[in-house]
Formats: sequence, C-alpha cells, structure tokens
Amino acid sequence: MSENEPLLSVQNMEKHFPVTKGLFKRQVGAVKAVDGISFDVFKGETLGLVGESGCGKSTTGRLVTRLLEPTAGKVVFEGQDITHMAQGKLRPLRRDMQMIFQDPYSSLNPRHTVGTIVGAPFRIQGVETEHGIKKAVQDLLGLVGLNPEHYNRYPHEFSGGQRQRIGIARTLALKPKLIIADEPVSALDVSIQAQVVNLLEDLQNELDLTYVVIAHDLSVVRHISDRVAVMYLGKIVEIADRKRLYDSPMHPYTNALLSAVPVPDPKSRKERERIRLTGDVPSPLNPPPACRFHTRCWKAQEICKQVEPPLEELASGHRVACHFPENAPQQAVQTPATAG
Amino acid sequence: MTAPLDVPGSAIEAGPETVLEGAETSVIRGRSLGQIAWMRLRRDRIAMIGGIVILLLILVAIFAPLLVSWFGHPPAEWHREKLDPSIGAPLGTFGGISSDFLFGVEPDSGRDLFSRVLYGARISLLIAFFATLLCVVLGTVLGMIAGFFGGWVDTIISRLMDIFLAFPLLVFALALAGVIPDKAFGMSGDTLRISLLVFIIGFFNWPYIGRIIRGQTLSLREREFVDASRSLGARNHTILFKEILPNLLAPILVYSTLLIPSNILFEAALSFLGVGVRPPTPTWGGMLSDAVHNYQVAPNFMIFPGLAIFITVLAFNLLGDGLRDAFDPKAR
Ligand SMILES: Nc1ncnc2c1ncn2[C@@H]1O[C@H](COP(=O)(O)OP(=O)(O)OP(=O)(O)O)[C@@H](O)[C@H]1O
Ligand code: SF4
Ligand SMILES: [Mg+2]
Repeated sequence: MSENEPLLSVQNMEKHFPVTKGLFKRQVGAVKAVDGISFDVFKGETLGLVGESGCGKSTTGRLVTRLLEPTAGKVVFEGQDITHMAQGKLRPLRRDMQMIFQDPYSSLNPRHTVGTIVGAPFRIQGVETEHGIKKAVQDLLGLVGLNPEHYNRYPHEFSGGQRQRIGIARTLALKPKLIIADEPVSALDVSIQAQVVNLLEDLQNELDLTYVVIAHDLSVVRHISDRVAVMYLGKIVEIADRKRLYDSPMHPYTNALLSAVPVPDPKSRKERERIRLTGDVPSPLNPPPACRFHTRCWKAQEICKQVEPPLEELASGHRVACHFPENAPQQAVQTPATAG
Repeated sequence: MTAPLDVPGSAIEAGPETVLEGAETSVIRGRSLGQIAWMRLRRDRIAMIGGIVILLLILVAIFAPLLVSWFGHPPAEWHREKLDPSIGAPLGTFGGISSDFLFGVEPDSGRDLFSRVLYGARISLLIAFFATLLCVVLGTVLGMIAGFFGGWVDTIISRLMDIFLAFPLLVFALALAGVIPDKAFGMSGDTLRISLLVFIIGFFNWPYIGRIIRGQTLSLREREFVDASRSLGARNHTILFKEILPNLLAPILVYSTLLIPSNILFEAALSFLGVGVRPPTPTWGGMLSDAVHNYQVAPNFMIFPGLAIFITVLAFNLLGDGLRDAFDPKAR
C-alpha cells in the first residue's frame, strides 16, 4: 500500500521547553522533551510510537499536529513543510491531520452535548454537510458504535470507553488522512482497551486511514502497528517493522520493554529471560551524555558514556542506536565505527 | 456499516450517573451539569431559604412604593406629632411601633421607619447588583485574558490586580466622595451618587473575581478539549468563548452571589461614614449612622436597618455557599 512519498515526514525534530527562574524569567535550562527525532509515515500504514512516561511521545504528537512549534528540525505533511507554518495557513490542512487524545475525561468539554462536540469540526472548518450537521453527527456516532440517539447527552453520562469513541467520532468528522492517536486506550479498563483498538483497526480499513499510535508499552500497539518506533528520553532508539522488532529486537531498551510484555506462548517465554529495568528514567532536563540509556543499561561500556551511538540501519528497515546491539547481523557487532 | 466490533448491545447504553437514577430513561436527552447542579441545589434546604429570602427582598425593593402606600407613610414625610417635643424621642413603646407605623418612627423627624427601610433596600440592592456586575464583567474579561494568553499579558494584569487589592479603597472613597461636586458627567443628585458608588465599589473589587477566573482559565487552558478544538483549527476567540467560558459560568455565578453581600456591606459602610447616597434619601448604612446617637431612646432605629443588612447578607451568603456545593460537591 505504501507509496514512495511519505504522508508525514519528520526530520531531526526538536522541542526544548525553556526552564525559567526568578522575577525576570531568566532561562536557566531547557527540558529536552524531543531531541532530534526523524521518522516517516507512509500512506495506509500504522506506526507505533512507544516509550516510558515522560520520554516525549505526546510532545512528538503535538509537534506533528502543530499544537506546539518545533524548536528545530522539519515536519513535512503531504509534501508541504508545516514546521513553522502560520496557524491561518495551517487551518485547511488540519482537516487532513487529526489527533485522538490520551484522557477521554479531559478531551471532551463537559459543558457541551455530544452533538456539539462531534459537530464542532464542521462548524470550525465551515464544512457543509449534505443533510445537516445533526445527521452527519449521528452517522459518525453510528460509525464508532454509539447510539445515534445519544446526540443530546453530555460526556459525563458516558463511560470511559464510550467517551473515547466520542473523541474518535470527532476526529473522523473531517475525513482526515492521518490520525495521531496519543495513548488512545491507556486511560481505559483493560477489558475495553481491545474493543477500542479493534474499532481503530476497523476504521482504518473502512476509511483508508494512516495512523501514528502512541503507547507506553509494546503490547498495545502489537496488533495494530506495521512498524514500531521506540523512544527513550526524547530520542528514537530503535525503529523497525513490527515483526522484526518483536522477534529480534536489537536495542537493550527494546528488549527490556519487551520482557515486560506478557508472552502468551510459553515456549518463547522460556527463551526470553526477564529483564527488569532498574532506576528511574533520568530527567530530560539533564539527560545523561552520549547514550542516554547507559545509566540503566546492563551492557553499558565506557564508550557508551562518551560516544553517542548513531541511529544506524543494521538490517533492512531496521534502525538502531546502540554500540552493542543484540540479535544483530554478525558484521555489525564489531567494535563501533565511530570512536573518539 | 459492517460493525464487526465485539461490543455487547448493553455497552452502547450510556451509564447514567447516580444523580440520574430514577430519572425517566425513555427520553434520550442528556442532563447538563447545570441541570444536575440545580437538582442538587433544590435539595439544599438552607440555600433554598436563602434564595427565597433574596427573591422576597428583590420584590420588596421593586414594589417598595406600592407597599409603602398600603402600609406606611412616604419616606420623607415628617411626623412631629409622634415625638416627645422636649427630647425628640418617639412616643410610645419601642420607638413608637403601632399598626400605623410598623417599625416605629425616627427620632427628631418622626419619619416612618418602615418605609425608610423598604426604600433603603432599593438603594442597597441596586448599588450592590450593579457594582457586582461591573466586578464580574471586568474580572471575567481580564481574568480570562490573563489566564489564557499568559506571558507578559498575564504579568501585567496580575500585577494590576495586586495593586488594586492593596489599594486603600475606603480612604480613597472617602476622599473622592468629598471632592465630587453635586453635578458631574451630566448627572446630579442621587443618580450621580449611585453611579459613583457603583463605579468605586465595582472598579476596585474586580480583582477578587479576576483572580478566581484567571486561575480557572489557567487550568482549563491545559485541558485536552482545548487542544482538540485547536487541532480542528479553532481560533483563539472561539476557544475562549465556546470552550472556556461555558466552564466558567458556574464559578462566575457562585462568586458573584458571594460578592453581592460584601458589596452590600461596603455600600453600608460608605453610607455609614457619610459618603454614600446623600440624605434625605434613605439608606441602611445612613440610618445606622444616625441611630448611633440615640439608640437608647429609639432602639428600633438601629435594630431594623441593622436587621435588614444582616438578613440580606446572610441570605446571599447561604445561597452562594449552596451554589458552590451544588456545582462542586467535592469542594465541601
Ligand atoms: N509545556 C511544557 N513545558 C515544559 N515541559 C514540558 C511541557 N510539556 C511536556 N514537558 C516535559 O517534556 C517531557 C516529555 O513530556 P511528554 O508529555 O511528551 O511525555 P510522554 O512521553 O507523553 O509521557 P506520558 O506517557 O506521561 O504521557 C516531560 O518531562 C514533560 O515534563
Ligand atoms: S549504547 Fe551502550 S549503553 Fe547505550 S544501549 Fe547500547 S549498550 Fe546500552
Ligand atoms: Mg503523553
């Protein structure tokens, strides 16, 4: 399905939040929430973006949808550079790029009815609907598996899963091409998570959508993703096809994340020893030098503290930033090329 | 649409919250948070009593001329015959209370206290309402701007609020009322005085509301529905008026209900100090101030206006507290 031209292309994108102090707001540092990441998303595919809390996943999503402005780098959507595009010029493009939010309790205005919420995209974008906004909203509610008659209800009258469906209906209103789903199920009961993920998958098939699905563990995006990117402290440390990433993860961090995922198949469970990550994620205000994972990595050597490992393609479509990758093809395991 | 989702039919039914229990479920029509708050408020007996008293007070103020024509005498009419000519104290028990003079008469002039207290309600409520309105408008607009835009805009507005709150308002009001001529801004007499009091009280008290609105806006701005609206392409004014303002209506209602009594007290204080609406127009504060000199011979002169202030302030506070609990039961 993928064509040569990516739908979304992110190049060396950075976001540093200034940290100020005192009455005169003197800048004393910066939270390097996203620190130079690059990835492409092709039409029709789903890219999973995974990492622990605070590693910059939401920030990445908000940069791509231009709710935030990147400090550096480039965001290209459908061939157009939108990195610093003015909000006015961006408005028509927003129809093609929508976001599903993490918290279904905060993403719906408690004072608005479902009809108002799901109909907002039409009003804001001034889109004419064939049989009126009400009909369009009811169709959308039906599409996401809600009762179209609940048009006049308020968000607080719905459960978490239903609210997330309302949020999904809203993002679908303008028939977007790309949807960034920021932890779409992490706030939901486990029993409901699968339903919402299934819904996203069905909608993708029906409406020809492209997804970036953000999650904080690898299990959620396992079924839905075509490719998966793993983030650690504002950087992508590994990106690969789903199968490669789950079957032969190369980065120690990915291995650690995977070992936290319950494995249904007991045979593979035996093979994979459980790796428990020790220590907290270091602060993005003051990230460790060189390889940011070295403070928690059990394979760390002296070089890891001095030389930042580049994100290199070690197998076809499989890029890793590590000096001592696991499961790597033989020639790549030699001493790292960059020294000094 | 094919819907191969394994969603059981019952999951589609909205799970009504406890507040909705017992409500008719046949009509699919949601209950807004405002409606739910109203249901809670109706069960709060004390707040409802406060509300009813306020309603009665407003009616009394509006129909004061009618009530006075039925049960009293014009507020400026002197009744020397009701006074002891030697000391000017009211004749009869407890300040001359009778079926003719329900609250007795004023010492020295013999004016009907009932009608003066009723007319005083008009001045008090009028000034308090409009001053509060001014506070709310200024506080809401400036608070929303400060909270929403942040940065230097917020810094300037916040410092402005600090300055206003630190301002020695009473001293200023005393000085200002002293230098204001009888005619100004195309107004004169009571109209000028009332407008001036509305302005002074409203203009200097807005930071109380302003701070609350700023804080609320600051936290609402971070809610994801604001991001959702923005990612749909909404402009700032749409976000401010359509997304944020509806969430501010509850705090605005609550805090203006609580601000009215404090403005009533402030007006009474100014009148008490002699810089309010000028005599012979009756005000509660003015009456109290006169009553201080002869409370021994005419206790009614102090008790009735004092009671009027007390009941009004209490009623508004009870309603305001009830409203706050109704909108935010967790804050109790
Ligand atoms: N507006 C902001 N100002 C300052 N720092 C911020 C801001 N937004 C995010 N950060 C910081 O940037 C880092 C990354 O935040 P982000 O929300 O992107 O993380 P996340 O990966 O989405 O985490 P979570 O799983 O908790 O949602 C965090 O350390 C956070 O504190
Ligand atoms: S570069 Fe070194 S510290 Fe970093 S992940 Fe690889 S082995 Fe661990
Ligand atoms: Mg997040």
